Amino acid sequence: MAREGDAVTDVHPEGVVRHHENVVTPPGEHDITDGGPDMVQFLDAEGNRLATNETNAPYAAIVEALTPEDGRAMYRDLVLVRRVDAEGHALQRQGELGLWPSLLGQEAAQVGAGRAMRKQDYAFPGYREHGVAWCKGVPPENLLGMFRGVNNGGWDSNENNFHLYTIVIGNQMLHATGYAMGVQRDGAVGTGDESRDTAVMAFTGDGGTAQGDYNEALVFAGVANAPVVFFVQNNQWAISEPNYKQFRIPPYLRARGFGFPGVRVDGNDVLATYAVAKVALDAARSGQGPTLIEAFTYRMGAHTTSDDPTKYRVAAEVDIWREKDPIKRMRGFLETKGYADQEFFDGVDAEADELAARIRKACQEMPDPELPTMFDDIYVDEHPVVAAEKAEFVSYHASFEGAGH
Amino acid sequence: MAAQKLTLAKGLNSGLRAAMEADPKVVLMGEDVGKLGGVFRITEGLQKDFGEDRVIDTPLAESGIVGTAIGLCLRGYRPVVEIQFDGFVYPAFDQIISQVAKMHARSLGALRLPMVIRIPYGGGIGAVEHHSESNEAYFAHTAGLRVVTCADPADAYWMMQQAIASDDPVVFYEPKRRYHERAEVDLDETVGAPLGLHQAAVRREGTDVTLVTYGPMVKTCLQAAEAAAAEGISLHVLDLRSLSPLDTGAIAEAAKRTGRIVVVHEASTFLAMGSEVASFIQQECFYHLEAPVLRVGGYNIPYPPSRFEEEFLPNLDRVLDAVDKSLAY
Ligand SMILES: Cc1ncc(C[n+]2csc(CCOP(=O)(O)OP(=O)(O)O)c2C)c(N)n1
Repeated sequence: MAREGDAVTDVHPEGVVRHHENVVTPPGEHDITDGGPDMVQFLDAEGNRLATNETNAPYAAIVEALTPEDGRAMYRDLVLVRRVDAEGHALQRQGELGLWPSLLGQEAAQVGAGRAMRKQDYAFPGYREHGVAWCKGVPPENLLGMFRGVNNGGWDSNENNFHLYTIVIGNQMLHATGYAMGVQRDGAVGTGDESRDTAVMAFTGDGGTAQGDYNEALVFAGVANAPVVFFVQNNQWAISEPNYKQFRIPPYLRARGFGFPGVRVDGNDVLATYAVAKVALDAARSGQGPTLIEAFTYRMGAHTTSDDPTKYRVAAEVDIWREKDPIKRMRGFLETKGYADQEFFDGVDAEADELAARIRKACQEMPDPELPTMFDDIYVDEHPVVAAEKAEFVSYHASFEGAGH
Repeated sequence: MAAQKLTLAKGLNSGLRAAMEADPKVVLMGEDVGKLGGVFRITEGLQKDFGEDRVIDTPLAESGIVGTAIGLCLRGYRPVVEIQFDGFVYPAFDQIISQVAKMHARSLGALRLPMVIRIPYGGGIGAVEHHSESNEAYFAHTAGLRVVTCADPADAYWMMQQAIASDDPVVFYEPKRRYHERAEVDLDETVGAPLGLHQAAVRREGTDVTLVTYGPMVKTCLQAAEAAAAEGISLHVLDLRSLSPLDTGAIAEAAKRTGRIVVVHEASTFLAMGSEVASFIQQECFYHLEAPVLRVGGYNIPYPPSRFEEEFLPNLDRVLDAVDKSLAY
């Protein structure tokens, strides 16, 4: 049983993935805190800008091109997204939501990816992509309906090019690939027209990489050279299972086997995730096909509000990752560079308070749906069975009215 | 061993433990079944006691879980696989339907797949989508599979062991919203397991209308019977337990007893277990019927968001309403 202060190592008898060695190792220690030399990174834990090196060089120009204003905007997104998440968590604890999957710790992975997408680019999320939703312009209130149990989606995906959340692990990877194949057929790749060329981004976790659908999606995307970027958030855990139970070679290295490049990026470094995502999306849009991005990060909270991580992981591991916090790091960067002052940070915090209040109000005021609407939108064309059941349902309920029921 | 008060979840856990102790070839597989003990804690403590080779945390891949379980069977093991929630069995559907169900027949009886596929099923727990489905009809429809479901802790304990002991593949449905219900379970082998895995059980004797039901709805039907009794109506409650094969003898007996039958389940009614039961009864018991066989089930829509589920799921009112309709004939 995990206890505060336990060592971070977890000895696995059959050998484990040592991330920085990229291969199966003999029995030994399981180190999930080190992304290894292949990991693209621009900021150290304090937010100091790392020198250009062999790994980050291909992305350095993109980071150089970012303005202080871009940096502040990224920071703002990180803070607001974390606040959305905290509010979701609190609302669940207060009984307003049935469940909440927290993205705590993964803000930089999602904001980097989300900000690199253009308006016409289409995102296919799992169920934890609140930060991507934010960047795509989906009002956070919209995310709550499903977790409150008033709907199973609740937004029009075509409004912001952000697909509905997908609960069944892996399913959406194929949808994204198919969508990208459609983009190809529409001639919306490689035209050089910035407003036309389109890429698709598919999101899943490290556990998701084990699913058949995930692997089939990668096969299809490779064969079709489809304009899709697979974005795996390796947050180290699939509920209780550490990722040495999901794979023996990290996701970014597996991409090669499907016929396209894979990149590992520091998922807690928003400059790095942005730059890597931008390069991959540009490649997809210009007709160069898929890329797999593995954002190396950590799930700071429980899997969802129904989960109890003390059953399977040690507190010391969480502590190490807390030091790598994406917001602290970006703030350090802005401060060191003199890109932002106290007034800016206070302003963002105030904005976060307002946002939280707005979400809370929206959640509490979210009306329960009219009961007969559960029969709506099952089919497009009139369906006699559903129509009859709806009519029966309505009259059954009417029979109780005035009967003290 | 004396009788003990157990929850249904603990009944399953104890049944798994007993089967693992009895036969070293029994292995458990699934997502999070190890340290965590499964998301419902049904396998709690088993990895600690039986080791990682016998309680296997699998990769997150249902087709992989069932497909490799087939291979383990072929090598002489008796895998018990956990599907985390009803709505996540579909990635494994192909393996179950195309391979698990048919391999014995294809080998002309030479190969056996003594596998148990455990599926927590049904609604009423306020979950998000894909976590509340009753998809038993898909599997009951497929020849080569046995499909069973328990309704109380004693059945959980005994049926789990019987399912594991069966040389046929068994899809074992666990009524998740009843996991925490408690009852006395007699763990004594000489008096326990009074019924075979294929048999239905009379849960309450009655004379006016028969309720045929199973799984999570057994409790609802017993409550309905209680409420009806207060109004002078006597309901007979038959718990099917086995959905494939159906205990047709017990169904005929219960149907003939009252001549009025209501079938109750959570699944949508169209082409569901209720359709089969009703069709069997009209074919075999026609002259005993006082009323048409009625069905109460989920509506024929996808399982709705949780704010609707109280209305979607059969409740006392809907069961009693059907009883009244039956009596009105
Ligand atoms: C097909 C399927 N099987 C099982 C589940 C139950 N489940 C929900 S989340 C989860 C773990 C996912 O882990 P990972 O892919 O690493 O993503 P994370 O939640 O860590 O972001 C599981 C097993 C599911 N949703 N879908």
